[in-house]
Amino acid sequence: MLQVILSTVSKWAIPFLLLIIPLYGFFKKVPVYEAFVEGAEEGFTTAIRIIPFLVGMLVAISVFRASGAMDALVSLIRPVMVALGAPPDVLPLAIMRPLSGSGALGLATELMKVYGPDSMIGRMASVMQGTTDTTFFVLTVYFGSVGIKRFKYAVVTGLSADITGLLASIYICNVLFK
Amino acid sequence: MLNIIWLLLLTSGIIVAAFNGQIEVVSEAALDAAKSAVRVCFDLIGIMAMWLGIMKIAEKAGVIQGLASFLAPMLRRLFPSVPPRDPAMGAIILNLSANMLGLGNAATPFGMKAMQELQRLNNNRSEASAAMCTFMALNTSCITLIPATIIGIRLAYGSADPTEVVGACIFATSCAMVVAVSIDYMFRVHSRWGGKR
Repeated sequence: MLQVILSTVSKWAIPFLLLIIPLYGFFKKVPVYEAFVEGAEEGFTTAIRIIPFLVGMLVAISVFRASGAMDALVSLIRPVMVALGAPPDVLPLAIMRPLSGSGALGLATELMKVYGPDSMIGRMASVMQGTTDTTFFVLTVYFGSVGIKRFKYAVVTGLSADITGLLASIYICNVLFK
Repeated sequence: MLNIIWLLLLTSGIIVAAFNGQIEVVSEAALDAAKSAVRVCFDLIGIMAMWLGIMKIAEKAGVIQGLASFLAPMLRRLFPSVPPRDPAMGAIILNLSANMLGLGNAATPFGMKAMQELQRLNNNRSEASAAMCTFMALNTSCITLIPATIIGIRLAYGSADPTEVVGACIFATSCAMVVAVSIDYMFRVHSRWGGKR
């Protein structure tokens, strides 16, 4: 039942917005096509403005990952996580999640394939993937799009949210699925 | 802060690679990442153009301002520096709604629009304003009602109940959101970082 509702909402949300906004604009006497083009123009400049920010961030993250430094970090915090009740196999995902969206999605998919989505590992990977955002990507892209170079305390806040989300995922999976 | 994290990611990577005797992976990883960053931005152009176009219609029809004044009472305490009927408020609301519904590709353009509006109100062009930091706190920890991608993957690998994790996701994101909003509030009100903005 829940599944039907959720999949219906996510299937209809975008078509609904694309239907209702132009239609409403038309009734409000907005020249809809002209307004669309005017707005769309901004898309190009905004996307281009992000490039230097994203290159800087992705290069650092990619070197960190490929060199094995990330694995070193994982093995460093492994004992803590195991003590908290997380299976060791989901740890790389937990570290990857705030750094790289595609990397985390790849790891989550891999865990699901190897252990099955209904195993403890599969469920915890699902919750972790669905819980926190790729904080570094989001900060880079959003601040980059308006040329902000100093993020102030936003990094600390974002990472605290990630750690909280991670710990909460481990806790709730142990409560619900054990 | 970010300067240090960035430097740490880069230097620790290079040092570990040197220790493991595989320094050659560094150049490959760096060059590949630089290329893929540009690819990501190019992929964004079309999506951004489409949603910002739709958003311009919504703006001219008064939908954004309407949303803002309808939901602003909830957000006013979080964004004391943003006038309640400001278009920034409307864009923030659209972004958070898209996030909750798991519509990642719509959330990003809405969020950038919100940042542009907040930048208009910002009086330091290169430094984040308090309102921006709060918006980022909400955005990166936002409650997800429909984690569409993960449900899709679970379905693909034959889960007996692909949506059974939804409740757990809502619980965990709620915890994250409460912490993010509290920490942001502490910084905004009490720290030298917060300032008057």
